[in-house]
Amino acid sequence: MSDYREMWKELGLDLEAHDQLMAVIPQVYGDVYLSQKNRPEGMSYLDFVMSEIHGLRIKELNDLRASGRKVVGTFCLYIPEEIVLAAGAACVGICGGADWGSAEAEKILPRNLCPLIKSFMGFKLTKVCPYFESSDVIVGETTCDGKKKTYEVLGEYANVYVMHTPQTKDESSRRLWLDEVEKFKGKMEELTGKEIDLVALVKGIATVNAKRAALKRLNEARKVDPVPISGKDALLIQQVAFYDDPARFTEMVNKISGELEKRIADGIGVVKKGTPRILVSGCPMAIPNWKLHHLVESAGAVIVAEEACIGHRYFRDMVSESGTEAKEKLSAIADRYMKLDCACFTPNKERLDNILNLVKDYNVDGVIHYSLQFCDPFTVEYVSVEKAVKDAGIPVLKIETDYSMEDAGQLSTRIEAFLETIKESQGVTL
Amino acid sequence: MYIGIDIGSRCIKLVVLSGQRIEDFKVGDTGFNPYERSLEMIKPYAYNAKRIIATGYGRHFAREDFADGVITEIKAHAAGARLLFPNCRTVIDIGGQDSKVISLDESGKVADFQMNDRCAAGTGKFLEIMAKTLGFNLDDFGVQSLAAENAVKINSMCTVFAESEVISLLAKKENPRNIGLGLHQSVVEKITSMLHRVGVADDIVLSGGVGRNLCIRETLSQSLGHKVYVHENPEILGALGAAIIARAY
Ligand code: SF4
Ligand code: SF4
Repeated sequence: MSDYREMWKELGLDLEAHDQLMAVIPQVYGDVYLSQKNRPEGMSYLDFVMSEIHGLRIKELNDLRASGRKVVGTFCLYIPEEIVLAAGAACVGICGGADWGSAEAEKILPRNLCPLIKSFMGFKLTKVCPYFESSDVIVGETTCDGKKKTYEVLGEYANVYVMHTPQTKDESSRRLWLDEVEKFKGKMEELTGKEIDLVALVKGIATVNAKRAALKRLNEARKVDPVPISGKDALLIQQVAFYDDPARFTEMVNKISGELEKRIADGIGVVKKGTPRILVSGCPMAIPNWKLHHLVESAGAVIVAEEACIGHRYFRDMVSESGTEAKEKLSAIADRYMKLDCACFTPNKERLDNILNLVKDYNVDGVIHYSLQFCDPFTVEYVSVEKAVKDAGIPVLKIETDYSMEDAGQLSTRIEAFLETIKESQGVTL
Repeated sequence: MYIGIDIGSRCIKLVVLSGQRIEDFKVGDTGFNPYERSLEMIKPYAYNAKRIIATGYGRHFAREDFADGVITEIKAHAAGARLLFPNCRTVIDIGGQDSKVISLDESGKVADFQMNDRCAAGTGKFLEIMAKTLGFNLDDFGVQSLAAENAVKINSMCTVFAESEVISLLAKKENPRNIGLGLHQSVVEKITSMLHRVGVADDIVLSGGVGRNLCIRETLSQSLGHKVYVHENPEILGALGAAIIARAY
């Protein structure tokens, strides 16, 4: 551990504040994760990753930078990881999932702001996130208003580049986005001093596609009843996807999937067959935001899918690998990202279709719509989600919350009552 | 004998059911040690109890210890209301920490529910704080407010802001009864908007201690244009529901 301290100091972390943070995480992780029964053995890799969350991976990034390569920090699914990798850089998702430093952030930003935004700003201001401090550039995007305007403020503290994401999906928006993707390629070339040619793009696309395919395989296993992996464990894997080394991560996820497939063949589940199956839909849950999953699974249900950015939206669509010119590759990348169905788009009918498909494919008994407090896009879009899900005859519960545990008691009552109605409608008493 | 216990943030309620009959019931302060208070209340009946079901905020520690099972307040209030009012389709429970509205289908099953979010607006706690600010005794806050000549509209829903609004109204020599009526109306407004989200169907039952508040009852039935039924011991509906489930289980 001592060599990490030196490294953290060099990165400019506030060691004292960082020590406090590092004391909390293992405790929470122990309560939420290690207390689970019957976990797949392969999860030991994730336990290891979590125990080294600010250690080994940061050292890898450090070594990479020492060899002249770069690190790119992102906050949103729209930033094309393929291009970052093609430039020989590492892509890391910056967490914004903890109520840490929010008080600091509130000195600058309005209080009525989504906790995810306050969290990443807080991490920056209190200097406790080594991923933030390792990033040579932070890439933002013009999705929701809160983030868009916060990037302007963040620009005072970090090197920020912003991609212009469109808000509709018509032809002119697609042209604008392709233009932005090409500009981003130029930006990455300038940052790394490396030309992004066809070969680099082919490799970047293949690496990320393989990662998405591995996550898809993992999630296939969650379709089965009894489900072989808890929602909490699956969520963690999907969170770690954003900052682990892609090749190693893909290999480990495939290994876990193999284990899950074996469990399925042997009829082994992490919970009993017939346990209520829940789809969570809504805002992203950045690491270490495990609140809803923990409450739902402690109440006796199991989460089988996340219709969210940390979830299906991340791995559902692949970049087409056909085409033999760099230009075609860029256009394939742009097309793939235009398929994302984030609530920042209008209209966003695709999201409703995707939710209904997941309900069917995963044999879901109930949908919990999760939104972060003050998130306009998702809280407003709930109106259409509720209607679509109810019309399909599936019960839906709306949860709007932040990262604090203050409302945990209240939320468990609502979740348990929701499960009672599901069980009752299925004719099970109690 | 079957026991239902509703361990709330303010009070613990206990109902003892034998066959179709309510054999006994008790309401006690939660105090600082809800666990010990619960045990004390159960003790006289524990020997003959076939099953104990717990509900309310303290249900989880009860499950670890003396309860055979737990249900949420939603299910408990629905079951309790339905036994006392067989045509009940809507339950309103204004509790100490939160308020809920529950809609039941024809057979009495929970069809939908809403709970207020974390703030105290629209809860018993809100009324309690406001009664204190206005200098009323909580027990006759309702009657006093009902006697108001006209209501003063309270604009803030948030307890903290509403309190300062009340203080400045008092400073302007506004009649406390009129402010009281305005406050009751704001609670009812909050409840009504939750009700409209689940749908309103007769009979409507008001459950929980706030059911004793005449002003809430009147304002609520006026604003809904429907009769609102209240049992003579409105606070025991949740515990009764738990006892019914204990019997049916
Ligand atoms: S929800 Fe939308 S804005 Fe947020 S990370 Fe996902 S794509 Fe980006
Ligand atoms: S959760 Fe909502 S408000 Fe927060 S960053 Fe994402 S889109 Fe914006």
